[in-house]
Amino acid sequence: MNETTNTGVKTAPPAKPHLQVIQARPHPHRCWSCGDMRAEHFCGECGHVQPAEPTDFFSFFGLPRQLELDEEKLERNFYTLSRKLHPDVYSRASEREQQWSLEKTSQLNDAYRTLKDPISRTEYLLMLEGIQLEEQSKIATEQARAFGTEKKQTVPAELLEEAFELNMLLEEAKMGGVDEDVRAQLITTRENLTARLNTMQEELRAAWKQWDSGDSEATAAMVDVLNRRSYLRNLLRDINDVLSSLA
Amino acid sequence: MADDRVVGIDLGTTNSLVAYMASGPSLAHPHEPGKGVFIIPGEDGVNLVPSVVALDDEGHMQVGNSARAVLLRSPERAVYSVKRLMGRGVEDVQEELKLFPFRLAEDLAPGEVLRIHLGERTYTPPEVSAQILRQLKRNAERFFGSPVKQAVITVPAYFNDAQRQATKDAGRIAGLEVLRLVNEPTAASLAYGLDKKQNGTIAVYDFGGGTFDVSILKLKDGIFEVIATNGDTHLGGDDIDNLLIAVAVQDIAGDLKIDIRKYPDAVQRLRNAVIDAKIALSSQDAAQLEVELPDGKLYQRTITREMFEQMVEPIVKRTLGPCGQALRDAGLVAAQVDEVVLVGGSTRIPLVRRKVEELFARKPHTELNPDEVVALGAAVQAKILAGGSEETKDMLLLDVTPLSLGIEALGGVTAKIIHRNSTIPASATEHFTTGVEGQVSVAIHVLQGERELAKDCRSLARFDLKGIPPMPAGLPRIEVRFLIDANGILHVSAREQRSGKEAEIQVQPSYGLTDEQVETMILDSFDNAEKDLADRQLIEARNEAETILTALTKGRRDEAWTMLGFGEQRKVAELEAKLRRSVSGTD
Repeated sequence: MNETTNTGVKTAPPAKPHLQVIQARPHPHRCWSCGDMRAEHFCGECGHVQPAEPTDFFSFFGLPRQLELDEEKLERNFYTLSRKLHPDVYSRASEREQQWSLEKTSQLNDAYRTLKDPISRTEYLLMLEGIQLEEQSKIATEQARAFGTEKKQTVPAELLEEAFELNMLLEEAKMGGVDEDVRAQLITTRENLTARLNTMQEELRAAWKQWDSGDSEATAAMVDVLNRRSYLRNLLRDINDVLSSLA
Repeated sequence: MADDRVVGIDLGTTNSLVAYMASGPSLAHPHEPGKGVFIIPGEDGVNLVPSVVALDDEGHMQVGNSARAVLLRSPERAVYSVKRLMGRGVEDVQEELKLFPFRLAEDLAPGEVLRIHLGERTYTPPEVSAQILRQLKRNAERFFGSPVKQAVITVPAYFNDAQRQATKDAGRIAGLEVLRLVNEPTAASLAYGLDKKQNGTIAVYDFGGGTFDVSILKLKDGIFEVIATNGDTHLGGDDIDNLLIAVAVQDIAGDLKIDIRKYPDAVQRLRNAVIDAKIALSSQDAAQLEVELPDGKLYQRTITREMFEQMVEPIVKRTLGPCGQALRDAGLVAAQVDEVVLVGGSTRIPLVRRKVEELFARKPHTELNPDEVVALGAAVQAKILAGGSEETKDMLLLDVTPLSLGIEALGGVTAKIIHRNSTIPASATEHFTTGVEGQVSVAIHVLQGERELAKDCRSLARFDLKGIPPMPAGLPRIEVRFLIDANGILHVSAREQRSGKEAEIQVQPSYGLTDEQVETMILDSFDNAEKDLADRQLIEARNEAETILTALTKGRRDEAWTMLGFGEQRKVAELEAKLRRSVSGTD
């Protein structure tokens, strides 16, 4: 087992399951070429599956740790590897090979799922780089409530005014005083915020380009976009909750 | 190898089937034995085996149509729709108990595997299902003339871990090695995909006897990749029957002043009449409901299709929610779906077809028999696992887990670690530590479901990580690996990283059988197997004799009979007398 640990992982409080999923350790010999890393998964001679090694998801696909990525090619690779590694192919093989196939395929699926989505790909890369994102999920909110503490959450400056107005609106809605006017305002706000979400996508892509060209400072920009995005998504979720409770 | 045959089994709520795919060059005749994929009929020559298990008057276990006969005579000696109880606890099934005549053991504790009364004994749901599986296994063995030991069994896509495990246990108890559990809608797509090798997005709408599933798949060069799945494991044709029964019960109480619910056999007759009417209404504009009541009176009602549709529309509408959710999860709108496939007996109802057509704005596929398509698909997957053939060589199924996997975090909230619609096998690794100095075990609660709070999710298992070396609080670092295999079943392993010690895990399955319990049940069934076999051979021999005698009676009426010589006629008569004597014997 590789002893490298992820610096981005906080130690869990007493008996509390960790919220941060540690999905992989960096591979000892990271491959930066798009070359034939796939030979690692099965023997080039006989095609048999090889034991699963701890690896990061980029290395698993023989990819450099970059964020701009040919998603169609990734899908093709995923299908090619699935055809060779899937437990269906090994259902009559030895128990050992069945186990390897199971482990390899779960790695393959975890890797593909993480890399194909732009947001999870970015989050994963930041995690590999040891960078912690703000926990703004609903779970964090619930947990903060359970602990009786305030959830750490920075309101992005650009959203301050809108967030304030929206919260007033939402409070009003929750008190039961929702008229057509409030409803219409909520819908307009939702449209504005959704548009904002799309521009964030562009910002993120810009930061990717920076990172891919070797600028390690780009991680700060990515963290910023992801935190703002997550805040925005929480606002959208609150709006949707209120609107659907009215329906 | 004859003994290497892997069959595909659809273990349904209402009916079960077994199918096989032969290696053949042609799929032009899919239902012709020896060519392509086909259903193996039961001894009565019928493809559908009703999922009914009963004890007849002599105490013999009956399955299928013969069990249905017992069900009509003495409902207390029969069990049906047992699939609704698979992998569930007593607190989960309160709603079902109001609607189905399940007689649960009285001494059940919460969290315990259910037991159902059947005759003098009680049986767990996997044991009852195993009876059905054993019948299908026998049907296949009779057909091939050789033992069948391996099978692919289908389950509703929306089945949780406990329900899947229970199905696998049932297979083991029946003496079958379950090579794979396949999701029913996915299996259906395989059957449809056999002759239509094309790329695109398909939606499978599977409305069966007791469950509803919808799956969205992407087909690409033989890869069947499930993108999203959703459903309701307690929504099916049964619910339509129950609704119609409830209406009739009220009707009877009002008009004829009889509380029919006090008479189980009359309720059973009503159920059958309602089902017949429901089926008739799929092809007719009106159907007659006629039930004999305990006091000899006759309850009669005409149901028009219009009335029927008005009554069942709310049930049909309940299927649309999961469809919408599956589409949203797939990131698609209905118009982006290229093909829609209908599966399950309830999709014969014209209203269901109309609603699906409206939702997806296209005519759904109904070419394959909706009762058989899942079993046929299971046989295709069985073929793939058995090494494949020319027809299956490019086919690969990539399925997903229908429900998110989580663990209970502080404050009773669910921390999701594997999200729903993740391609399986899938895994997640979590790290845990201790809270008190010298603590040597940590309790972990695994959950399945989408809700925020642990109490609203399905409890999968509670286990203790034991054997942690005594260390100051917070210092141990225990890595726990959760792996969902290709059957959708969870496996957990753990190790303490600081000391490198493997931590011992005791997984306490919620509502699951332990390995030991399953082993005992396998032994129990072996003890009875020999007697069962002798009984069955006798019954089969008798049936065969009856067939010959019937044929003989018919033959005598034929002109050809007169053309036989007197000697030959006498010889036939002698043999007939001998056969009749044997039939009345018992050995």
